[in-house]
Amino acid sequence: MIPGLGALTQDTLWCFSQLKGTVEIGATEADIISTVEFNHTGELLATGDKGGRVVIFQREQESKNQVHRRGEYNVYSTFQSHEPEFDYLKSLEIEEKINKIRWLPQQNAAYFLLSTNDKTVKLWKVSERDKRPEGYNLKDEEGRLRDPATITTLRVPVLRPMDLMVEATPRRVFANAHTYHINSISVNSDYETYMSADDLRINLWNFEITNQSFNIVDIKPANMEELTEVITAAEFHPHHCNTFVYSSSKGTIRLCDMRASALCDRHTKFFEEPEDPSNRSFFSEIISSISDVKFSHSGRCIMTRDYLTVKVWDLNMENRPVETYQVHDYLRSKLCSLYENDCIFDKFECVWNGSDSVIMTGSYNNFFRMFDRNTKRDVTLEASRENSKPRAILKPRKVCVGGKRRKDEISVDSLDFSKKILHTAWHPSENIIAVAATNNLYIFQDKVN
Amino acid sequence: MAGVAGPATGSGAAGGDGDDSLYPIAVLIDELRNEDVQLRLNSIKKLSTIALALGVERTRTELLPFLTDTIYDEDEVLLALAEQLGNFTGLVGGPDFAHCLLPPLESLATVEETVVRDKAVESLRQISQEHTPVALEAHFVPLVKRLASGDWFTSRTSACGLFSVCYPRASIAVKGEIRQYFRSLCSDDTPMVRRAAASKLGEFAKVLELDSVKSEIVPLFTNLASDEQDSVRLLAVEACVSIAQLLSQDDIEALVMPTLRQAAEDKSWRVRYMVADKFSELQKAVGPKITLNDLIPAFQNLLKDCEAEVRAAAAHKVKELCENLPMEGRETMIMNQILPYIKELVSDTNQHVKSALASVIMGLSTILGKENTIEHLLPLFLAQLKDECPEVRLNIISNLDCVNEVIGIRQLSQSLLPAIVELAEDAKWRVRLAIIEYMPLLAGQLGVEFFDEKLNSLCMAWLVDHVYAIREAATNNLMKLVQKFGTEWAQNTIVPKVLVMANDPNYLHRMTTLFCINALSEACGQEITTKQMLPIVLKMAGDQVANVRFNVAKSLQKIGPILDTDALQEEVKPVLQKLGQDEDMDVKYFAQEAISAVAQRLRKLDFPVKDSEEPSAPGADKNHFLRPRGPGEDTGKEGAAVRDSQAPR
Repeated sequence: MIPGLGALTQDTLWCFSQLKGTVEIGATEADIISTVEFNHTGELLATGDKGGRVVIFQREQESKNQVHRRGEYNVYSTFQSHEPEFDYLKSLEIEEKINKIRWLPQQNAAYFLLSTNDKTVKLWKVSERDKRPEGYNLKDEEGRLRDPATITTLRVPVLRPMDLMVEATPRRVFANAHTYHINSISVNSDYETYMSADDLRINLWNFEITNQSFNIVDIKPANMEELTEVITAAEFHPHHCNTFVYSSSKGTIRLCDMRASALCDRHTKFFEEPEDPSNRSFFSEIISSISDVKFSHSGRCIMTRDYLTVKVWDLNMENRPVETYQVHDYLRSKLCSLYENDCIFDKFECVWNGSDSVIMTGSYNNFFRMFDRNTKRDVTLEASRENSKPRAILKPRKVCVGGKRRKDEISVDSLDFSKKILHTAWHPSENIIAVAATNNLYIFQDKVN
Repeated sequence: MAGVAGPATGSGAAGGDGDDSLYPIAVLIDELRNEDVQLRLNSIKKLSTIALALGVERTRTELLPFLTDTIYDEDEVLLALAEQLGNFTGLVGGPDFAHCLLPPLESLATVEETVVRDKAVESLRQISQEHTPVALEAHFVPLVKRLASGDWFTSRTSACGLFSVCYPRASIAVKGEIRQYFRSLCSDDTPMVRRAAASKLGEFAKVLELDSVKSEIVPLFTNLASDEQDSVRLLAVEACVSIAQLLSQDDIEALVMPTLRQAAEDKSWRVRYMVADKFSELQKAVGPKITLNDLIPAFQNLLKDCEAEVRAAAAHKVKELCENLPMEGRETMIMNQILPYIKELVSDTNQHVKSALASVIMGLSTILGKENTIEHLLPLFLAQLKDECPEVRLNIISNLDCVNEVIGIRQLSQSLLPAIVELAEDAKWRVRLAIIEYMPLLAGQLGVEFFDEKLNSLCMAWLVDHVYAIREAATNNLMKLVQKFGTEWAQNTIVPKVLVMANDPNYLHRMTTLFCINALSEACGQEITTKQMLPIVLKMAGDQVANVRFNVAKSLQKIGPILDTDALQEEVKPVLQKLGQDEDMDVKYFAQEAISAVAQRLRKLDFPVKDSEEPSAPGADKNHFLRPRGPGEDTGKEGAAVRDSQAPR
């Protein structure tokens, strides 16, 4: 037992499983991973990057002779989802960077996912093909044309087995509905609609209809100079098709009921924690901005991430969060330099584990944090190449604040702020996590005996 | 066809020995796999030709297995395939072999694209009718069961549409099973399947025995109507209509009404919207008695619903609802129970609600009669005519004919005029366009005197609007007015004003004169055309702008048939010939077109035409003009013609 890990690891010792992406130094900007998402069964794992590519990994079937290597994830399909574009009317470049990926519930043998950049959402179908037709009338086996005079019988092509081929095809393109940058997409539990949120508006789409969407939230003031807050994230309730939440740059969350009216400008619930006057500073507003909002799988809680904390809110209590976890409180004294190097505007995401009992979110220096909600224990882990030996157990890391630095501790001043973990994902039912560290994707699993 | 015809002609000589008929078919078969989706589509659409050539045996054993596995293709190819297979029974050997078509359609019924699935289901329904009762139970019913218990919800949604076609022809035992499968789909885990089941509930109820409807369908209906998903509940409203049609009044009251009442007060506006939207159908299905007791109060609530979408949907149904009320006591009922709510809607805060009401409110006047209309409806019409939203005013004006029949339009003229004038000058050109289109109707109802006094100037002002679509509509409007008021009126009021514009400094306005002449000449007749219009047109042939000149040529061609031979020969021809020598290529082209048209006309009138003057004889010169102009080609006279992008050339 490693000291300091405590209850969290009584059942979970995390060990390295896989490292994806180039290991050489000097990865290009385009390789930086911008989103990570497991599908509903956990069989597939998708990443999107700044170069507009989507890479899908599939979990291998567990084989009996490799007990210790439990279902590794291998590349299943890679495709270019978005290309850089230029809006000639507004003279604006549109980046190809994938902002979000969301999987659809599986409806037939193929898989479907939504991917979005700043402006356009696309629906992709990923399907397998293992047969190919053979036999032509006008060509022979080598592809040479036959003399038409020799054709005396008709041949119908026959399907023969071939090596498995995985194809990704764009099924729908939902474009031209967003003036501002899309920050979230979320699939509704009714399986027929999804929403896309940008800085000021949220639109509701039907999967079958690309040429129109309904605007359900619009917070754009008549006069843009009166603009005081923007939408930072939005998500549908996992079970109630009429409920969704969106978070704002002011640190508040609004819950809307689509049953009440067609336009959800008026919220049903408003979650806000009163500000602590003693903590007030120049940076208060910036660090209270919510960078991610997630419903728990049960649908009873919502989790929000702001710059320094993760908060869990009970849907039935609007005036304060039921739990608040400090992610890296030691940065509170360094806000000034974090403001100067723009790190203070980093948008960290947060995820639930399959049973909603543990929360994971990222930090700097390739550190990521886990909070056990039952035991209230927390741990800091690091995604680093030094640890990337098969089945190596992740050692908990500690950041020391001032005073004497003990062995194994790292000083706040030596943290590398260019190495940040913004995007992580947790397998829907197992202890498998995917952690995006710049251009690399780390997969960790809990240790089994 | 290009793909088939091309190679076939190329090998015409060589193919002499082989079987001539095989080659095109061989091409079709190969193109089932062509990379070009258009060629594949073309081949699929000719699938019956392929099948005919292969014969029934090979179609069954080779073609269908191949097609079953082509579900990788593009949607449009799959859609065409699904459609073809519905009519394939003859090509596989008749009803005895109809079941051979099931495998390909089964795989098409599981694809993710809804249109393809729906088409596959449609074809399956068609084919089910061609199965013998034995084959139906041996092949078709098992297919339905397979789909209904499929792993993926696409196949289960497709199954929902197939129950009603096999149920009536199945044996008692199988019927029980089918009902059981349908029941389980109604409580499926995925909302997609429950929606599909809810939307087929009514259809399935129709083929069931009445007892089963009451004992099985009604509970399913009740469940779906209280589903947790709005999107499922709202479909139950539609099922309400079909189920109510099957039941007696007492049963409707006991079995359907509780659910319907609940739907009309559902927490979700989308469900209430559905009730409003289906109101007329519901009203007919439940009959007059329940309508009076239940539906009218529900409708009142919908008219004052908190969600504007619901109010607008209800407002749309006002007229139909009133029309369908029983004649006896109808007037009192509308006056007491509906009208007060309508009055509220006239000053609704939402413009869509007001405009929905405006589109039907005029229809009430025929139902309520003259006195009520004047006393109660007229103030509402007048209020809506003054509404701030142009769409509301427009909807009132577009339905003026209903009122005209009852009380005459004069009652409205005091308010009508300002409304029309305002719309005529609206900043949005689509609004102006809409009001122009009602002008002939208004003119007819208001009479020539009123029109001359108040509206004529508007009609002339539109001719110089800065938007081409408005100028164009204005010219057509003039033509319709002349048809209504006669040539004498035209000669006195319109023609002089139009002709004056020929001297306008703006070439677009000068062209409008020509367009007006094109439109008016036929309605005005030979005399006015020859005496008043023709001189102006001819004079404009000397215009400095090429666009005007070639429109002169076009106008001359257009009015040629109205003119007599003297005018054609003596006046039109020389001018056209001069234009034929114009320096601008387009002017020359249209002049030549006109010359040949005029020559043809003269020949028809048996007027001698000298050979030397025959311009329509094919010659190198003419071909030059008919040659299509390449994109990069220059006319060589830059700036000679002013190009107005909005004006047709």
